[in-house]
Amino acid sequence: MEGIVGYGAYIPVHRIKVEEIAKVWGADAPSYKRGLMLEEKSVPSPDQDVITMSVQAARYAVKRAGIDPKKIGNIYIGSESHPYAVKPSGTVVAEAIGCTPDVHCADYEFACKAGSEGMFVSYGLVKAGLVEYGLGIGADTSQGAPGDALEYAASAGAAAFIFGRENVLATVDATASYMTDTPDFWRREHQFYPRHASRFTGEPAYFKHTVGAGKMLLEESGMKPEDFQYATFHQPNGKFPMRVGKMLGFTPEQIKQGWLVPKLGNTYSGASPLGLTAILDVAKPGDKVFMVSYGSGSGSDGFVFTVTERIKKVQDLGPKTWDQLNRQKYLDYGTYAKFRGKIHKLEVK
Amino acid sequence: MFAARHWREIPRRYRMEAGKCTTCGKVFFPSRLICDACKNKEFETVTLPDEGEILTYTVIRTPPSGFEDEAPYAVGIVKLGDVQLLTQIVDCEFDKLAVGGKVRVEFRRIQESGKSGILCYGYKCVPA
Amino acid sequence: MRDVAVIGVGINKWGELWDKSLRDVFVEPALKAIDDAGVDHIDAMYVGCMSSGLFVAQEHLSSLLTDYLGMGPIPCCRVESACASGGLAFRQAYIDVASGANDIVLAGGVEKMTDVDGGGATYALATAADQEYEAFNGVTFPGLYALMATAHMHKYGTTREQLAHVAVKNHANGVLNPEAQFPMEVTVEQVLNSVLVADPLRLLDCSPITDGAAAVILCPLDMAKKIAKNGAAKIVASGHSTDTIAFHSRKDLTEIASTQRAAEKAYKMAGVGPNDIDFAEVHDCFTIAEICVTEALGFFEKGHGGKAAEAGETARDGKMPINPSGGLKSKGHPVGATGIAQIHEVVQQLRGNAGKRQLKNPKRGLAQNMGGSGGSSLVHILEAI
Repeated sequence: MEGIVGYGAYIPVHRIKVEEIAKVWGADAPSYKRGLMLEEKSVPSPDQDVITMSVQAARYAVKRAGIDPKKIGNIYIGSESHPYAVKPSGTVVAEAIGCTPDVHCADYEFACKAGSEGMFVSYGLVKAGLVEYGLGIGADTSQGAPGDALEYAASAGAAAFIFGRENVLATVDATASYMTDTPDFWRREHQFYPRHASRFTGEPAYFKHTVGAGKMLLEESGMKPEDFQYATFHQPNGKFPMRVGKMLGFTPEQIKQGWLVPKLGNTYSGASPLGLTAILDVAKPGDKVFMVSYGSGSGSDGFVFTVTERIKKVQDLGPKTWDQLNRQKYLDYGTYAKFRGKIHKLEVK
Repeated sequence: MFAARHWREIPRRYRMEAGKCTTCGKVFFPSRLICDACKNKEFETVTLPDEGEILTYTVIRTPPSGFEDEAPYAVGIVKLGDVQLLTQIVDCEFDKLAVGGKVRVEFRRIQESGKSGILCYGYKCVPA
Repeated sequence: MRDVAVIGVGINKWGELWDKSLRDVFVEPALKAIDDAGVDHIDAMYVGCMSSGLFVAQEHLSSLLTDYLGMGPIPCCRVESACASGGLAFRQAYIDVASGANDIVLAGGVEKMTDVDGGGATYALATAADQEYEAFNGVTFPGLYALMATAHMHKYGTTREQLAHVAVKNHANGVLNPEAQFPMEVTVEQVLNSVLVADPLRLLDCSPITDGAAAVILCPLDMAKKIAKNGAAKIVASGHSTDTIAFHSRKDLTEIASTQRAAEKAYKMAGVGPNDIDFAEVHDCFTIAEICVTEALGFFEKGHGGKAAEAGETARDGKMPINPSGGLKSKGHPVGATGIAQIHEVVQQLRGNAGKRQLKNPKRGLAQNMGGSGGSSLVHILEAI
């Protein structure tokens, strides 16, 4: 039966605390921390981007899958921060893991849903028998405009999943997609920072689509929230995934393992996929996992997984998500601004 | 053509492919057309291990053009299997760098050809 | 092969020569050398220059420099071996005269480095390293020598202070050299407190960015004895060797093997050993370089170069005076000119023309010039006649 045969996560080592950002803008840090349920976020160094993080996550996924990378038939990277506007990110990953030229490759963009899209289509191609293995990656080095609410959360990370038919570590039991045209967050061509529609991003956007996909998923699988050991949702801040979990009938205990956002920030396309990697790191055979992503614009993808016996053999074959999250080097705002390309040293020519 | 120049190094920079002399076994990174040890002209492709140790290191405070925004950064000579190579050492505390320190290879952006040119990726090391 | 001598030398005041272009920087000392030799013509020219292309966007120096020197149609060859370009130009001139192809040959070196900014100069110099596997990763020349320093300190216990002593000694010598770019004394404390460039190397461990040139005139020894106006020095050995372009490919990261091999050849050719050398001009592009080079030349045991510098053994009054000119450190380092300036100093010392910095009656001097991190080295030995 089709499912995940390998997975990998990558989180940069650098962090900045909410207090450090709030200090610069004269914002009230305690209320931000409480309101967003956010303590700190990951920051990519100047030599890290969606491509580098995707390569690392993909390498760990190949290691866990234990397959010949030449057998990977497609690579789809979902991101809203591809380093090039024109030129694929996926081709670099394909070369780096050694699976060219017999491979289909595309970069996806659907705000924060792009990662689960890559997973969804990879799974679909495997199920259709078009490829032996399919690699779907969600990765972002998201940018929040200085001083904007997004700046406290926009962070960096990547998660990679290889789908296949045999030797799976988790089967895919049900999928769902729920989509409407809802302009709650966007970035126009040639603009550096995205914009958002403030509180409009809540009820009519995040909650409507996440709950919509979640309900479809429960219906499709014929399961109830209490049947699941774990659930993970798109996590733009700490509060939203907890609230949507409650709306669907999940408990905080089911959500906690994949609830990375208080320490990680919002990794956009990487958010719910990274939540899934954190769950797979500790899951036991037979565990059921519920996952719903969300991307502005807007839409949600959902998956139901059942973890298999093979999970025990692969968990230690790559760096675990919480281990990466618990290894931090803190930055001051000035260094963070330099790392994120907000300030540059004068180049004299 | 800068793009071509980087492109032809992809097997080395992305996958760390080296050439192993089919006669005497000496490993070259990058591979070559002739072995300096035994003058054999045939090599098999081998991939360097992704973990190794620091043989020597420094911290670049005065960077060449193109690296201004990265300085200061550490550079080391690292032994990966049979090969010694020069690489940046990132995500490290400068005062914890040491000869014999263990490192692991990560995929990173190395340089870019100006703000509108191509991005060059390759290998760097991080503390293991 | 004919015996060959140097009969004329010329150098100009080195430094940031804002008002002089590359051609003028070169022609001045070349004319001085021709005048010093007392010749009315030259038959051929070899000019060392590392990177006029990157520094001033000018190639084709063979035409430019013969043209502006007023030597019109004579043959000229521009020679490049990174920072050893000058030493290599001298060797080519020596072989030309020794072979009998030409009689009176000028060997010169020039670099005009200040028409680019610091980052541009650092970039240009870094092209002497392996472009794809060293420079690509952001390493600089101070960085490569810093890697050598870290390795030397780790293997032999060489200290930060010992490195500083090299700079202190060379600056003390440079004070006596009217052509030096930085003829000022520095203290160990000043070196240790100067700004970090590439740990553990600091600004005062590094040779400067310099505009400058030097030239010498060679001719057959027999002719020299007849025509030399201000005396001559005999070239008794020329040794040349190369090594891997990439520093990281070297077996021992504390050794400059190309210098060791070039020295072995030169000692053999001259029929002498390191103990027979009275003084040497060596390539102290960085303080650690002088330490490694004095070991490679056999003046000190491996790992003892730093201790020797600290003990004053390399001072002008020490048992092996190193860089009486002030070296690259104090005199300056216009890369292509350095190898020729070293010959200039050796000849002046052997002819007794070194002014305030004159050593006591030296009979045999050595000049060691190297390119990159030691990817090429030249060792010449000259004797007083």
